[in-house]
Amino acid sequence: MTTEIYTRIKDVLASHAELNQAADSLSEDDDLFAAGMSSRATVGVMLGLESEFDIEFPDAMLRREVFESVRSIANALETLRG
Amino acid sequence: MQTQNKQKEMEARIAIIDRIGREIARPNADDVDIKARFPIETANALREAGAFIWPIPVEFGGLGVDSYELAKQCAVLGQYDASAAAALAMHHTQILSAVHHANGNPALQDYMRRVAKENRIIASVTSEVGPGGNMRNSQCAVERQGDRYTLTKKATTVSYGSYADDLMITARKDSTAAAGDQVLVIAERGNFELKDKGVWDTLGMRGTCSEPATVVAHGEAWQVMEVPFADIATYTMVPTSHLFWAACWYGVATDAVNKSRELLRLKARSMPGTTPMGAHRVADLDAELQSMEHEVFGMAREYADAIAQNDNEKLGGLAFAKRINALKLNCSKKVIAIVTEAMATIGIQAYKNNSPFSLSRQLRDAHSAVMQVHNDRIQQTNASILLVHKGA
Repeated sequence: MTTEIYTRIKDVLASHAELNQAADSLSEDDDLFAAGMSSRATVGVMLGLESEFDIEFPDAMLRREVFESVRSIANALETLRG
Repeated sequence: MQTQNKQKEMEARIAIIDRIGREIARPNADDVDIKARFPIETANALREAGAFIWPIPVEFGGLGVDSYELAKQCAVLGQYDASAAAALAMHHTQILSAVHHANGNPALQDYMRRVAKENRIIASVTSEVGPGGNMRNSQCAVERQGDRYTLTKKATTVSYGSYADDLMITARKDSTAAAGDQVLVIAERGNFELKDKGVWDTLGMRGTCSEPATVVAHGEAWQVMEVPFADIATYTMVPTSHLFWAACWYGVATDAVNKSRELLRLKARSMPGTTPMGAHRVADLDAELQSMEHEVFGMAREYADAIAQNDNEKLGGLAFAKRINALKLNCSKKVIAIVTEAMATIGIQAYKNNSPFSLSRQLRDAHSAVMQVHNDRIQQTNASILLVHKGA
């Protein structure tokens, strides 16, 4: 996993997650929901990631656990990009 | 054999609810409605029958009744008094929040034992001045000092709060937590006060006594549930509240259709050999009711099975969230349509307040379905799910 992916994820979070802290101050394992991301904002994050990484999340991946941290999102992207 | 016994036990319990509905809830329903008072006789009879503690697992003193049967019970009671049925529904959602999420916590297990032994009734405090009906946001926060907590919440509604033994209150985890970083907090009678109570004077559902109030509560640290409220909401509170409310609405719709059928039979008897005017509309109503029945109890079966199988994968997925929300949208609209059409088929006898065929209370009760929780909010949630979710 490259730090470049983490940075790109954090950019998407900064635009869409409505966090109550700066996205680049997040550690990879910080709980995004605890950092203020609402379930409504999660949808924006999902769409932002689909656009940024040119992927589509299959329905089975649209789960709270997949979007709970930068690392869990990176793992999901890695699975999708093979 | 075991399955047969279970079926018989379920039928026996539903028969108890039906008797309470027929003998106690229905004769009091108009008085409850006129005075906007809590259906205390019905609540007492349910308490005496043990109905409030049936969902608690056998090992903690209950009967381990599942959500499918609880939905059936709400529907049966809903035929007689929607307010009483709604109180039963809301209590069951609260008790299941403890049952499904105690996770082997000994203090919560003791709590369930106590609820079972003392037949405690639990009310919910989720809505708040500010976030309004958005259950997944809180302004108020739990304050902890050692092994004690304190909490003050300005609630927009506290249904039957004055009659409840315990409250389950949503709040931010602590004063630094984000609005969505919530916990569920138990407050027991003697440890909470309802201050500055407002008045619940509404078009319908008048007996739920859902007054606004400021809740001032304190208690022990274990009463702040460890599981994040986000999980309790996803796996239990949202699905069971939609299911049990939908079941109540199905009960109200059944009551209305039964009345229209009864009048049809009376007309038919008075002129044998002819099909009374409007009979085909009653047939159509009966068909509408059947589709509502399938939707409510199909989802109830699906949910109860997923809980029994610990299928968190399914319950935590967007597909299930979307479908349970759709159940609420559909049933809240169907109950209004069915009661309205039943009123039209019966005619003036349904429109009158002082007629055995009156549907005045049922129609007014039905209209609350759209705005408690408001369909606009649920449509918005499902719209955003549709933006990312691809399948059915």
